[in-house]
Amino acid sequence: MDTMPRWADVALIPLLNLLIAFVLSGLVILAIGENPIEAVETMITGALGSTYGWGYTLYYTTNFLFTGLAVSVAFHARLFNIGGEGQATLGGLGVALACLSVNWPHWLVALPVALTAAALFGAAWALIPAYFQAKRGSHIVITTIMFNFIGAALLNYMLVNVLKPAGQMEPASGNFPPGASLPTFQDIFAFTGGTLFRGAPANITFFIGVAACFLVWWLIWHTRLGYAIRSFGQSEPAAVYAGISPVKITVIAMLISGALAGAMAINNVMGEAERLVLNSVEGAGFIGIAVALMGRSHPFGVFLAALLFGFLYQGGAELSLWTSIPRELVIVVQALVILFTGALDNMVRMPVERMFIAARLARAEAKRAKPAEAAE
Amino acid sequence: MDFPTLLQVLDSTVRLATPLLLACLAGLFSERAGIFDIGLEGKMLASAFFSAAIAAMTGSVWLGLLAGIAASLVLAGIHGLASITFRGNQLISGVAINFLASGLTVLIAQDWFRQGGRTPALSGGARFGNITLPFSGPLADVPILGPIYAQLVSGHSILVYVAFLAVPVTWWILFRTRFGLRLRAVGENPAAVDTAGISVVRLRFTAVFICGLLCGIAGAYLAIALQGGFAREMSAGRGYIALAALIFAKWRPWYAMGACLLFGFLQAVGIRYQNLDLGLITIPVQVMDALPYILTVVILAGFVGRAIPPRAGGEPYVKER
Repeated sequence: MDTMPRWADVALIPLLNLLIAFVLSGLVILAIGENPIEAVETMITGALGSTYGWGYTLYYTTNFLFTGLAVSVAFHARLFNIGGEGQATLGGLGVALACLSVNWPHWLVALPVALTAAALFGAAWALIPAYFQAKRGSHIVITTIMFNFIGAALLNYMLVNVLKPAGQMEPASGNFPPGASLPTFQDIFAFTGGTLFRGAPANITFFIGVAACFLVWWLIWHTRLGYAIRSFGQSEPAAVYAGISPVKITVIAMLISGALAGAMAINNVMGEAERLVLNSVEGAGFIGIAVALMGRSHPFGVFLAALLFGFLYQGGAELSLWTSIPRELVIVVQALVILFTGALDNMVRMPVERMFIAARLARAEAKRAKPAEAAE
Repeated sequence: MDFPTLLQVLDSTVRLATPLLLACLAGLFSERAGIFDIGLEGKMLASAFFSAAIAAMTGSVWLGLLAGIAASLVLAGIHGLASITFRGNQLISGVAINFLASGLTVLIAQDWFRQGGRTPALSGGARFGNITLPFSGPLADVPILGPIYAQLVSGHSILVYVAFLAVPVTWWILFRTRFGLRLRAVGENPAAVDTAGISVVRLRFTAVFICGLLCGIAGAYLAIALQGGFAREMSAGRGYIALAALIFAKWRPWYAMGACLLFGFLQAVGIRYQNLDLGLITIPVQVMDALPYILTVVILAGFVGRAIPPRAGGEPYVKER
C-alpha cells in the first residue's frame, strides 16, 4: 500500500522542495544586501513582461527541454547520464558539419539533415559509456563525466585546427550559409506586424522540443521498448527474468538520451548562433539534471521545469543588467533545486509521509468508533 | 629536452600535482568508506575562495587556510547530511555541491570585493612563501643531484610537503590502524560493521569530514600558495581530474601519488609546449588535455588492469528493512 496519495508524490513534495530552495535563494539575496522581492519583480518583468523577454525565456526553455528529456529517459532505466553537456557539445559539432557541408537552398531541407546529424553525434558520444557500463561494468556516471571533458577537448581541437576559417583569430567556425537559417519567432509571427519577439532568439526548435516531449511520453508509456526500459529501471533481476537484455536496454536508453541531448544543438547552434563557438552549450547539459529531477522524469513535468529554468535564466540575465546581483545567482538557485529535489528529497518526504500515515490512522480510528456509537 | 628544461617541467609537475594529490586522497577516504564524492571540485573551489578572501582581509595566510578548510567542511557536512542521514543519491548531492560552490563563490566575491568575482591579489604574509630546505645552496653545485635537490625537492610551499606527507600517513591510517580497517570495511560491507557494534553513520561522517579537510587544503593551496588570489572557476576541473586519478590508482594511496604525478606532468607539458613535436608526429595540446580522462575510461573499462570500486560505494546504508 502506498504511504501517500499520488497527488502528494507528484505535486506536493516537489512544490515543497522548490519552496525551500527558493526561500534559501531569497536569503542569499538578502545576505548580499539586495531586496529579494524587488529581485523577483525584476526577473518577472524582464523574462515575462514582453514578447522580447518571452522570446529569450522560450529559447532557454527549448535547450532545457532537450537536456531534461535526455536525463529523464536515462533515469527511467536507472542510469544517471551526467554527460548531457558533452553530448550536446558533440551535437553542435554534428550540426556545424552538416550546415557547412552544403550551400543549403532552404532551411526545410537543412533542418532534417542537421537534426539527424545532431542526434547521431550526441548518441555516438553516449554509446561508448553505455557500452562500457553494460559490458565492462564501468560506472556510467564517471565515464560520462570523463566524456564531457574529452568532448570539450575534441571540440577545441576541431575549432582551432579544422573548422576555423583562415585568418580568423577566434576559435569558432565560419558562419552557416543563409539557407540553413531557421525561422525565429519573429519570422513566424510576422503576420501580426513584425513587432512581436523582435530580436529574440526563440525559434522553430521550440516546437520540435514540444514534439519531443510527446514522443518521449509515447515511447516510455505506450511502447514495448518503453515498458522494457521502465521495468529494467525498476528491477534489473525481474527484467532479466522477463527476457529483457540488460546490455540492449542500457545501450538503447543511453542512445536515446544522447540523441536528445545532441538535438539541443539545433536550437543553440543552428537557431541562435548560426556558427559553432567554444562552450556553446553553456551548462545546459547540467541544468537538464535539475530539470529532470524537478519534473520527476515525466515529459509534462520536464516541460514545466524547463519553463521555470528558462524563466530563471532570462530573469537572471536581467538581474545582472539592472541590479548588482551577478548572473551566478541562477547557478545557486539551480544548485539548491538539485540539492532539495534530488539529494535531500527524503528530508521533506519523511515528515510528509508520517503526516499522511497519522492522518489515515486517525481516520481509521474514527471509522471504528462510529459503528460502535451506532450500536449503543 | 635538455636537463635544465626537464628539471623545470618536473618542478611544475610537482606544483600542479599537489592540489590533485590532496583532492585525490580526500576522495580516497570518502569512497573507501562507501560515499561517492563527485563534489571534490566544489569543495576545492569554495576553499580557494574563502582562503583567499580571509587571507586578503586579515593578511594572515594561516587564518586563510583555516577559513578555506572550514568552508570545505561545511560543504562536506551537507554531502554527509544528504547521503548518510537522509540516504539521498550521493552523485546528485555531489553535483549540487559543485554548482553551489561555483555560484556562491562568485556571488560572495562580487559582494565583498566588487572586482568581477575575484579577490584582491595577495602578497607578503597573506600568501604561502617557498621554503628553502637546508643545504640546497651549497649542494646546488653537485652535478645532477645538486640541482635536483635545490630545484625539485627544495623551494616549494609548505602545503606541497604536507600533500606528499599525506600519502604515507593515509596509507598508514587505512592499512595499519583499527580505524582504517573499519573505514575500509564500511565501504565494502556496512552491515557487517554494524553487526560488530560499530556505528556506520559515525564512521562514514568521519570519512566525509576527513575528505572535507583535505579538499580544503587543496583549495587553499590553489588560491594562497600556487597563485596569489582567487579567480572565478579557478579549480578548473581539477576535482574531476583528481577523481580520475583516484580510479586510475584503484583507490590506493601510493598509486594515487603516481597517478597525480602523471596527470600533473601532462598538465605541465601541456602548459609549456602548446603542441608537442615528437619529430615524426605532432601531438596537439588538446590531446594532452584529454589524456587523463581517456586513460581513466580505458582503466575503468578494464582493458589495462581492472579498477573495482569499493563494493558498497554509492549505496546508502539502511539499518532495518
